[in-house]
Order: sequence, then structure tokens, then C-alpha cells
Amino acid sequence: MKQRLVVIGAGMASGRVLEHLTDAAPDAFDITLFNAEPRGNYNRIMLSPVLSGEKTYEEIVTHDDAWYAERRITCRFGEKVARIDREMKVVDGANGHVPYDKLLIATGSNPFVIPLPGHDLDGVIAYRDLEDTRQMMGMGPGNKVVVIGGGLLGLEAAAGMAAHGVDVTVVHIMGNLMERQLDEAAGYLLKKSLEDKGIKICLQANSKEIIGQGGKVRALLLDDGTELPCDLLVMAVGIRPNTALAQEAGLATGRGIHVDDQMLTSDPDVFAVGECVEHDGEIFGLVAPLYDQAKVVAMALLGEEAVFERKTLSTKLKVTGCDLFSAGDFAEGPEREDIVFRDPSRGVYKRLVIEEDRLVGAVMYGDTADGSWFFGLIKDGTSIEEMRETLIFGPAYQGGDTADPLSAVAALPLEAEICGCNGVCKGNIVEAINAGAGDLGAVRASTKASASCGTCTGLVEQVLQVTLGDDFQMPTAQPVCGCTDLTHEDVRRLIKGQELKSQAAVWQELGWNTPNGCHVCRPAINYYLLADWPLEYQDDPQSRFVNERKHANIQKDGTFSVVPRMWGGITTPEELRAIADAADKYDVPTVKVTGGQRIDLLGVKGEDLPAIWSDLNKAGLVSGHAYSKGLRTVKTCVGTDHCRFGTQDSTGLGIKLEKILWGSWAPHKLKLAVSGCPRNCAEATCKDIGVVCVDSGFQISIGGAAGMDVKETELLCQVPTEDEAIEVVMAVTQAYREGGKYLDRLYKWMGKVGMGWIRGHVVDDLENRAALVERFELSQSIYRKDPWAEHVRDKAQTYAPIADFTLEAAE
Amino acid sequence: MSWIDVGHIDEVPLRGARLIKTHIGCIAIFRTAEAEVFAATNNCPHKDGPLSEGIVHGQSVTCPLHNWVFDLNTGEAQGADDGRITTYPVRLEGSRILLDDKAATRRSAA
Repeated sequence: MKQRLVVIGAGMASGRVLEHLTDAAPDAFDITLFNAEPRGNYNRIMLSPVLSGEKTYEEIVTHDDAWYAERRITCRFGEKVARIDREMKVVDGANGHVPYDKLLIATGSNPFVIPLPGHDLDGVIAYRDLEDTRQMMGMGPGNKVVVIGGGLLGLEAAAGMAAHGVDVTVVHIMGNLMERQLDEAAGYLLKKSLEDKGIKICLQANSKEIIGQGGKVRALLLDDGTELPCDLLVMAVGIRPNTALAQEAGLATGRGIHVDDQMLTSDPDVFAVGECVEHDGEIFGLVAPLYDQAKVVAMALLGEEAVFERKTLSTKLKVTGCDLFSAGDFAEGPEREDIVFRDPSRGVYKRLVIEEDRLVGAVMYGDTADGSWFFGLIKDGTSIEEMRETLIFGPAYQGGDTADPLSAVAALPLEAEICGCNGVCKGNIVEAINAGAGDLGAVRASTKASASCGTCTGLVEQVLQVTLGDDFQMPTAQPVCGCTDLTHEDVRRLIKGQELKSQAAVWQELGWNTPNGCHVCRPAINYYLLADWPLEYQDDPQSRFVNERKHANIQKDGTFSVVPRMWGGITTPEELRAIADAADKYDVPTVKVTGGQRIDLLGVKGEDLPAIWSDLNKAGLVSGHAYSKGLRTVKTCVGTDHCRFGTQDSTGLGIKLEKILWGSWAPHKLKLAVSGCPRNCAEATCKDIGVVCVDSGFQISIGGAAGMDVKETELLCQVPTEDEAIEVVMAVTQAYREGGKYLDRLYKWMGKVGMGWIRGHVVDDLENRAALVERFELSQSIYRKDPWAEHVRDKAQTYAPIADFTLEAAE
Repeated sequence: MSWIDVGHIDEVPLRGARLIKTHIGCIAIFRTAEAEVFAATNNCPHKDGPLSEGIVHGQSVTCPLHNWVFDLNTGEAQGADDGRITTYPVRLEGSRILLDDKAATRRSAA
């Protein structure tokens, strides 16, 4: 007698089981197929092309009525299964029960719904089945849709709707799209191409509430207060195996239904397959392993031996124009190496991960033609020892090209600005070269490019080389570090010229040859980005040297020093008491008066930092930034308040300047001083910026130093009023911030651009001075604040160990 | 090998590190990518610098005191410097960081 097989769920996995089974043994089973959806098996992963209009539903139906009829499968579609009775071996459907000899559970998964307030409003949907797809297809131009989730499914939904002219915003909680499959560089390129399609992308965005009106969704509220209006809200944040039926039937379940290597559940007559199962601790969302499982189930049902093994997976995003490929494993392991290739002009990024002469992972964007070849190498564990040097160029590579360090410049459009001082574009330079300008001097003479501050010199030379080829001999310039061939000046100009606003953008567009830089370039790039894009770029603490990350100076024994700010060197008995109390309370071994007119508490333990800051904050004391590449102190003398020689209120001016400048970052440390008369007790003439008061006004001089090099300042200008003195100091600070090379003190920058250039831009050109002041103020609207208070409030727990095993009771 | 749960992946900043205190000294958990962690001793063999305070790049960390760079896979110092840090087995299960139980609870450096 024929065995009776009941299948619950007509999805892609069970569909594949039925194909194998009825192909191999058409008469082995009497098959009944239940499905809660009122239809048979269709290719669910092709819903995205249906959504975007590239396919119709009919085209993605895998099994139509005729197919089921031909294989004599009894279909009970649109009928929910109420329960499984394992003792009686019967499945209870809504329209009557069916007995079984073998049962296959393929209940799939449920979309995960974030329990935000308002998640049950009308117009809040998941992206799972044809009904959801049809609702999205109902949107058109004039509609707004928010998609929560920047993974594969969320992005396909967004792109599909955007193709119909819908105004789509994707809200993603992580800092990088598809962070499970992609690294930052590929994530950055993906974001860029989606934005080119008109999709808005909010990263690191936490959803707070779904706002409704009359029972229908109206907007999504983020926890930073942003309100995103929408007519439809799609949640695509993940799936959960649907284990309800199995659990009620008493089968072993965890995150999914537990199955062994033969896909058998804890009951020897019940199999499970697909997204509802858990195998060896893993659950499944991609189709490839589900098909492998289906093959195993079919063979096991026929009494043949088969074992399900997990294999390396690859991912492709089904969005037209976003060419992306990810495969294999990027997790840790001994002896792992990266090979990175970037071609900024084509928007290409490739990264291969190699372990012991085997390829174990690959991420590609922009050019994925070699994806399946790499995937094959990963799956087969082929030794790549012989082809290691040329591996990244793919199978077609036969000697020849290597990555071109000039490609970043070659890729610039002709209208890209090269020289900011004189407004010269790449096109002007190329024209001049074609008209006969064969070297830097000639280009300068005919276009003025690099003739002013000179920071774009490297770029002009590269344009010469790209245009003239071997006819131009490139002078050797020092690159930032081993990650790039570009100099600091090149990188700075390209960040501005190409509007690069994230580190991932810099690494990709400028062709970095490492995945995420090194300890040399990361702090520099982080500084350039925050100085050039104060509003758009968010400071990255992990790209900062420990002192700036922890807002304290690390000492040789790993403890820290804490220096509260004393504005202009003025303090009060209350502040001194608070400092003394803190020194007592935290067992500070050394208390020292610094050269910058304040008090240093040396030897504070790292984990005590938030507590000591909190105590100092309570007395009104804030960070002195004694650790920063930025404003340190403004040293003052007592000026007219007490001194019989004083000509102006030097203390007052010093305090004003410090209150304006504090918190600002700069290429290197920035020290100021204000002396009340030419006797110069505040030693203003060996500071980065010094002000010496005279009867007729204020002499501002710059470029001093008293460290490895001792330099006397040079006079920049004399101004009659305090207000103008403040303006000039702000403007020169901003000019240095915008033009200086990271880790160049102000005098080094001055040596490169020349006093004449600075005077022209900061003193003589009043319009430019005002613009510099305005840009400085804009940046300070973000950075003029106490980092200690912020860390006490938001980050205190990060100063403590994540776990402490010394606290457990002694054995 | 048995594993002990030491925390959630998001407690360690991307390209940063956090410390675990044990009887044999501090172990640093480094997070080199969204879902990639390493564990190694916190102390630089050169001058005892705290590696958890260093800049994390690729699968390496740079000591904050004198810029020695260590490969977190092998523990070997890179470039001209000669030295090695002890690494410990660590893995991710979902979002949880699991450390080799022996490393966490050993009472003496045997």
C-alpha cells in the first residue's frame, strides 16, 4: 500500500522536496499539501523584480495547478492547519483531518515586527508575500514610504518602489548598509548608488514611534526627533522561524524546529525543511541551503542515505544597477590576510580574504563579473599560492596592468576644482598643458593653479602626469602612509573637491589599499573630515589616539593625567578646593602646576576618569583639552587690572579668546597667549598665536613654538580694537584648520603658504576674513562643549571592564 | 573547549576594544569588523602599554605608547619590532561574545 505523506506549507523548500520526490518515485506516496496562502508554490525571492515591475506574478509561479494535478498531489490551499496529532498521526486542517505515515513541516518563517508604539496601525506591513508586494505596488509618485531595515530585503523593497517614482526613505539602525554581508567600503558604494536612484538613507537611526492618524500610519518618529512622513511603512528587519505548530505538537524546538543531518525532527516520522528549521544551532534565510535540505529530505523519505552539510553562501542584491557580490567568511582565524583593489573611476571595490593560501571570503562592488569564479575557489578550497599576486584581477588576468596610483586624479571630471585659492578646475589645467605648459612652473604661470597657498601642488603635478604620461617627471612626494600614494595635501584637496564626507568614501574614492587604514592615516583623515564637514561628518573616536579618545593623557604606566581648564589662567578658591578634594578622593599621586597656567592631576586610573570628571564638573570645571590636537590654553598676564605697566585688559581678552576657541580641533596643538604690554610676561611671542597689547591696540603675531623647535612669532598685523583682534585670531585659526597638514604646527603651515598669503587672506581681505570666522563659528557650534560632561553622561560604562572574573569567590 | 559569555558585541565599539579582568591580568577584546572579534593580552611586551587603548585597523592593533603593531591573528609584532602577545580563543554566537573559559577563569599563569 502507498504511504501517505502530508506536507504543511507550499514554499520554495517543500516545493523542491516534492519535485525531487515525484521525479524519483512518482508512485511512492499519496501526497496532501496544505498551504495557508490561497495559492501554490511561487518563487518568493523573485518578489522584488515583481515589485519593481521587471516581472509579473505569473512569471514567478513555480508550480501551477496543472503541475500539481499531473503529480496527483491533493492541494488544500487557503486552509490553515489547526494542529498535529502525533499519537494518532493525523493533521487537523480547518476543513477536516488527514492521516499520515510521514509528515513534512515546511511552515517557513514570520517577518519580525519591531514592537514600536503604533506597529499595529493600518499601513504598517512586512515584506514577505504577494499581499505585501501588492500593497507596495499600490504606491506611486506622490506617495511617501519609509522602509525600516537596510538589509537585503529592505533595500530591494526600497529600490522596487523607487522605480515606480515613490519617495522612499530607508531607516537603518547600523552605520553601514547590509553590514552582515558587506564591509564599509562596499556599503558606502551601495549607499551612493541607491541615493542616485533617489532613495534617502538614514544610517544609525533609531526608530522610536510610528505615528498614526485615524488608525492609519502617518509618519515614523526617530529618537533624535526627526519625523518621516509616510503613507506606508515597511518593516524588513529580519525573520523568525515559524515553529508554533511544531511546538504545540511537542517537537523539540529552539530558535527553529530542531532537525538532525537527515532533516528529521525529534519524531522519526516527522521531517522539517526550510526557514522553520534549526540545524546545529543555525537558522536559514537564503535559498541555496534550503534546496540542499530539500534534496536530503526527498532522499531520506525514499530510504536513501543523505546528509545535509552547510556550505559557504554567496549573496547578490537584486537591484538593477547595484552590482554587488558577497561570499564566504570574514570571521576571525589565524593567518588571515586581505587583498584590496579599488578603482575609483569605475566605482569598483574588491576585497578578498585569504587564509593559508586559500580564498575564504570575497566582497565585490561595481564589477562582480568574477564573483562566481571567486565563489568556486572558496567552495573548492583551491590553493591560490601560484596566482596570489594576480588573484584579485580575476581569471582573465594574463600579466600586465597593476592598480594605478594616479587613477583617483584621472577619474576627476574636468570641472573638478583643483586649486581652491584661484578657482582653477582640472579642465583649465589640462587645456594649459595641451597648449604647451609642460611643467609645474608653466602651469602656474598660465593658470595660477597652486600659485597661492600651494597645497594643491601635488594634484597639479598628477594632472600633468596623467595628461603628459612619460613626458612628465613626477617629483617624489611623501605619501600619507603605506595605505595610499597620495600626500596629505592631495588628500585634503580631494576631500573638499570631491565632497568626500566619510572615511569609507575617502578609502574608496582615493583608492586606499587597506580595508580601513592604519594608525597613521586614520587620525589624519578623521581630522580632515571633521574640519571640512563639521555638520555632516561625525567624529570617530576609534580613529583617534588614546588621549583624544579618552580626553586625558596616557602616562607610561597606563594611568592618565587630568587637567581641568582654568580660563586665562584665572581660578577661584572653590575650584582649588574641588581639585584638592578630587586629588584626595582618587589617590592622585602627583599634583603639578603646568606651563599653561593650570593644575595637572597625574596618575589617575582609567576606570576612575568618569567619576573624577563628574566631581570636577560639579565645581564648574571642564576639560582643559591638555591632550588635544586643538586649542590648549590661552596664557595671560594680569594686564591693566593689577599691573602698573599694563596697557590693555590682557586677562579679559585671554579669557574671551579661550571661551571662543575651546573645544576646536586643529592639525596640531594650538597654544595662545596674551601679554598686557611689550614686557611680554605671558611669553606670547613663542606661542602659535600671540597677542601683545600696546597703547594703540593689539599686535597679533603667529608661528611661534617652544618645543622641539624654538621659534619666535612673526607679526601678522596690529589692530586697534579688541573685537578686531578676536576676529583676526579666529580667522587665522580657521585658515590653519582648513589648510594645515595633520601634525604640522602652525609655524610649519606658515612656512608652506607664506606670511604674505596668510596676511592677504586673513588681514587684508575683509570679506574672506568674515567667511573664515563664519566657518569657524559653524564648526564650533558642534565642538564648543565639554567632552568630560558628555562622557560622564553617555559613555561612563565604557571606561570599566566589560567583564570581571576576579570578583568571583575564591575556590 | 568550553566557552564563557563575556558580553554583547555592541558593548565593544567597532574598531575598538574593551577589557576583561581575570586573575592572570587583563584580556582585551578587539572588534575589528561588524561581526569579528579577537582576544589577546592587554599588555604590550615592549613597555607594557595598554593595547586596548590602541588604534585598531584591519586585523591589527597599534600600541598607544610606542606604535608597535600586532597582528591579532598570530599575536606577532609587525615590521621591524620583535615580540609577541598571547592570543586567546574567542568567537561570536549571534551577538554574544564567547571567550575560552580557560583563559577567563585561570587562576595562575601556568
